[in-house]
Amino acid sequence: MSGKEFSGAEIIINSLVDLGVEVIFGYPGGAVLPLYDALYGQDKIRHILVRHEQAAVHAAEGYARSTGKPGVVLVTSGPGATNAVTGLTDAMLDSIPVICLTGQVPSHLIGSDAFQEADTVGITRHCTKHNYLVRDVDQLSRIVHEAYYVATSGRPGPVVIDIPKDIQIFTSSISHSGAIKHRSYQPEVKGDIDSIRQAVSLMVGAKKPIFYTGGGVINSGPAAAQLLREIVQLTGAPITSTLMGLGAYPASDRQFLGMLGMHGTYEANHAMHDCDVMICVGARFDDRVTGRLEAFSPNSRKIHIDIDRSSINKTVRVDVPIVGDVAHVLEDMLKIWKATILENASQSYDDWWAQIEGWRERDCLKYRTSDDVIMPQYALERLQELTKDKDVYFTTEVGQHQMWAAQFLKFEDPNRWMTSGGLGTMGYGFPAAIGVQIAHPDALVIDVAGEASIQMNIQELGTAIQYGLPVKIFILNNEYMGMVRQWQELNHGGRYSQSYSDSLPDFIALAKSYGGHGILVDKPADVDAAIKEMIETKGLVIVDCRVEKLANCFPMVPSGAAHNEMILPDDDEAGNENKQEFKGGAALV
Amino acid sequence: MYHTHKEIELAERHTLSIIVDNEAGVLARVIGLFSGRGYNIEHLTVAPVDLSGKESRITVVTVGTPHVIEQIKAQLDRLVPVHRVADLTESGPHVERELALIKVHCNNGEQQAALRIAEAFRAKTVDSSFDSYIFEVTGKTEKIRAFIKLMEDAGLVEAVRTGVAALTRGSEGL
Repeated sequence: MSGKEFSGAEIIINSLVDLGVEVIFGYPGGAVLPLYDALYGQDKIRHILVRHEQAAVHAAEGYARSTGKPGVVLVTSGPGATNAVTGLTDAMLDSIPVICLTGQVPSHLIGSDAFQEADTVGITRHCTKHNYLVRDVDQLSRIVHEAYYVATSGRPGPVVIDIPKDIQIFTSSISHSGAIKHRSYQPEVKGDIDSIRQAVSLMVGAKKPIFYTGGGVINSGPAAAQLLREIVQLTGAPITSTLMGLGAYPASDRQFLGMLGMHGTYEANHAMHDCDVMICVGARFDDRVTGRLEAFSPNSRKIHIDIDRSSINKTVRVDVPIVGDVAHVLEDMLKIWKATILENASQSYDDWWAQIEGWRERDCLKYRTSDDVIMPQYALERLQELTKDKDVYFTTEVGQHQMWAAQFLKFEDPNRWMTSGGLGTMGYGFPAAIGVQIAHPDALVIDVAGEASIQMNIQELGTAIQYGLPVKIFILNNEYMGMVRQWQELNHGGRYSQSYSDSLPDFIALAKSYGGHGILVDKPADVDAAIKEMIETKGLVIVDCRVEKLANCFPMVPSGAAHNEMILPDDDEAGNENKQEFKGGAALV
Repeated sequence: MYHTHKEIELAERHTLSIIVDNEAGVLARVIGLFSGRGYNIEHLTVAPVDLSGKESRITVVTVGTPHVIEQIKAQLDRLVPVHRVADLTESGPHVERELALIKVHCNNGEQQAALRIAEAFRAKTVDSSFDSYIFEVTGKTEKIRAFIKLMEDAGLVEAVRTGVAALTRGSEGL
């Protein structure tokens, strides 16, 4: 516990090394100079210099989401910390473990409106799982270990440690090592066994069950995804996933109905609406998933597995709540299911599947093809086809392209899909891809982007080039903030207020100016060649894929509508008799 | 064109006891949760309660529908420095007390009335000048309210209340 004296900065680095941290994403500044000095000349932790602090947090999120390990961020006081706030909020809403070290003005200047002073713990209190202001260098090592524990335990999330500059310089001989037992925060991972039994008996009696799974499965780790596959296949029930949960169950499997929710598939949403038993695993009944609450799956009994008790009964009343870690609960559930099913006749959901196949035949992702203009869906279908056998990771920005990517890319494994689900942060995808590529240097990492979103963190081209990261940016360029334009078309009389992407840069020249490679493609016939060239090019590539400007992302459950009130693709060739017009209200939130 | 969701449950008044680590910012965390998520605080009392000063006890009186009360408890419980959350209203009989100091400025004639009422409420006189008193009164919220109301006609100047402190009845602790 004690011995040699180290400076606060050294204690932080030593503690991070002790915790197995290998990479820090950061940006230096006055209040963290001692920490940067401690990073200098050591080789245990690699520092990745970003071009904006928001990008540092997104890169850490990409790193975390693709590895299962927490991401670590280091920024300076004041603007460094406030720039990180969007990233922290993003990590908060998507439950991503991030440890963010922020510099602070020296202790005696706190509260004096000093240069680059901001009340970082005050500002980040609402967008972190927990935060610390370090007032005593002797506490520093414990706090770093505790922050790591809090960020990664229970429902993961971002933790800020605000460290005044003097604390980084003061010395102490006190250092912790290894795991830490927290005084008050000890989340329960095992689910209540009686509740699990009750859940299984509901499942056994079900005629029309469905699994509804989310990001919690991925956060729980690879064992959770494995157990999920086992129980879904054993029961023979259909499964749908939230945006955050894609990859936990293989998309190619017949039992997978695709994503649910606002831009989910017809079959997934109808199955959710008509089911009699819903097994929600690590998902949180987000408003983008449920649609109008009063009309959400009205006739089902609901089982909800979540490690966060506050997620249960938050928006949707459930019949069997199970507070616990997905992997632990599914393991018990599988055991009980196997024992129970031995005593009962085997399940058959033939009628239920017949109904689902009927919905499937509606082919809700069908789109109008064209020989002249690249349809965004077509570009993604080809991207999926040409990358499916590769070691590939996808990130996205936010908007239409994100939803199309969720619909048309097929994820077979967890941790391969990084997207901003809860906060919907434009500018997330490119820095996240940088974080993924740092963790997986030999993998193919593709950021599916829109021409508007990509400009929100375009400065990170410098970061990617500096570290030789061969990230591929695949821009579906429709010259509009597509999702804003789509809502304006559907809800605001086609008045495209401020949604046109004017004065766009020449993305090819932009890539070149940083030392990357640019590819322009504007004909459907050239899409395959462009994607192949992108994959084969060694370094950073921007593909400027010019797509149909006014394409809408369907199916769509308008905000304020029920799951079975979807707008389906406008299929000109088949006529419009199947199109359901939504007549109710919609709220742009 | 905008859809709004209406709560149909009726609001209830609940007294919550929260044991927290006595660390910097813990009160801001608890209050911030209430303001950030749109919950109500009617009363708030906080002070360290163990002799070492490591833990504080926060008593919150809040008003909300049963669904909201349930959420408040779950949200409080997941704050990192929170050790325990107890709903005294739900867990059965409990004692609630509040302390108030009330200053009155009395003209001739009002003086006798003020002292008579104070005696009836078992209030103590803790300060007195030629034409004023400060009374100290403890009791349930309703009693304090009634006392202040009566003092309005006896030259009430100002009043201050501590907010509710509460414990469950019987031998069991939190």
